[in-house]
Amino acid sequence: MIVAERKSIPELLDMLPNDSKILVLGCGTCVTVCLAGGEREVSIISSALRIASKARGLGYEVSELTIERQCDNVFIEQAIEAIEKVDVVLSLGCGAGVQAIAERFLKKPVYAGLNTKFLGILEERGVWTEKCSQCGSCVLHEYGGICPVTRCAKHLLNGPCGGSREDRCEVRPDRPCAWQLIYHRLKNIGQLERLEKIEPPKQWSASLSGGPRVIIREDHRI
Amino acid sequence: MSSSDKETTIVAFCCIYCAYAAADLAGSMRLQYPSNVRIIRTPCTGRLEVEYFLRAFENGADGVLVAGCEEGSCHFKEGNLIAKRRVNYARKLLAESGLEAERLKMVNVSAAGARLFTGHVREMAETVQRLGPSPLNRAKTRVQQEIKP
Repeated sequence: MIVAERKSIPELLDMLPNDSKILVLGCGTCVTVCLAGGEREVSIISSALRIASKARGLGYEVSELTIERQCDNVFIEQAIEAIEKVDVVLSLGCGAGVQAIAERFLKKPVYAGLNTKFLGILEERGVWTEKCSQCGSCVLHEYGGICPVTRCAKHLLNGPCGGSREDRCEVRPDRPCAWQLIYHRLKNIGQLERLEKIEPPKQWSASLSGGPRVIIREDHRI
Repeated sequence: MSSSDKETTIVAFCCIYCAYAAADLAGSMRLQYPSNVRIIRTPCTGRLEVEYFLRAFENGADGVLVAGCEEGSCHFKEGNLIAKRRVNYARKLLAESGLEAERLKMVNVSAAGARLFTGHVREMAETVQRLGPSPLNRAKTRVQQEIKP
């Protein structure tokens, strides 16, 4: 899932115009699961904005709404009425959600209330970790299902850097060395011989380096 | 009770298993404490969400006290520890929003701690007195004064 983190209230206050009607718009999918932009967070952020508005005399009129998915026109339909009533939308969706709303409402300012961080998983309660960099040409099968592109701080594809200490990454000592994990995983599944293969230089053109990506499925187009 | 106590309100979320019983005991013992405290009985402080604290301030509280069981003796094992983390998060949000974090405080009181409970309420009342009414209420008071004939 997409993992995001809320912006601080002072950052939001800098962004939002004074004396305006604001809709805090949540998203019921990824950002709900990572506790950044779901119904509860919409309620909390709205409350904090109302407090800030009263305390500092900013003149906000804050309303709240959470839709199932901000990145999908079918669900955006449900927000039309609420969006039309306000001056600005503070989206608590991911970057894709904010842009989907902005594209749909041409004359309505839409602001991002979250910083979209990465594609990851809930590792333990309250801890999310990055697992995928969306490089566009997946090599997970070569590495026992552990991504060196994302989880190795140096993105090394042909073995460890040699700098790890006690199985910890030398760049981020709070994270495990991805190559240590890859070695143990391949050993456990009996595929250590995969490490003998030399991985050629990666085609980064399939990643964002090749420009914004688009997928077209002719079989699904109308 | 001082005159500024009359103008301010403290909301105290009290766990039924400890602080609420302590407040009850304080009454039975005829212990005096500031009368501007409004006690809300809760099944466990772990039931309280961050937005409850923020809503209390939005609705006119000048201070909010969250009173749970002593650490290690929660009836639901760790409700008070959950509440402690939520209170800390709400304090951060309040500070970001322009309210003093001290206006929200969590304390731990056993069911037998009547004197401790009244002490915490007094302390909170002193904090609110020192800080003055919440800026949210000051705005309201100003408007009310302006429309007075």
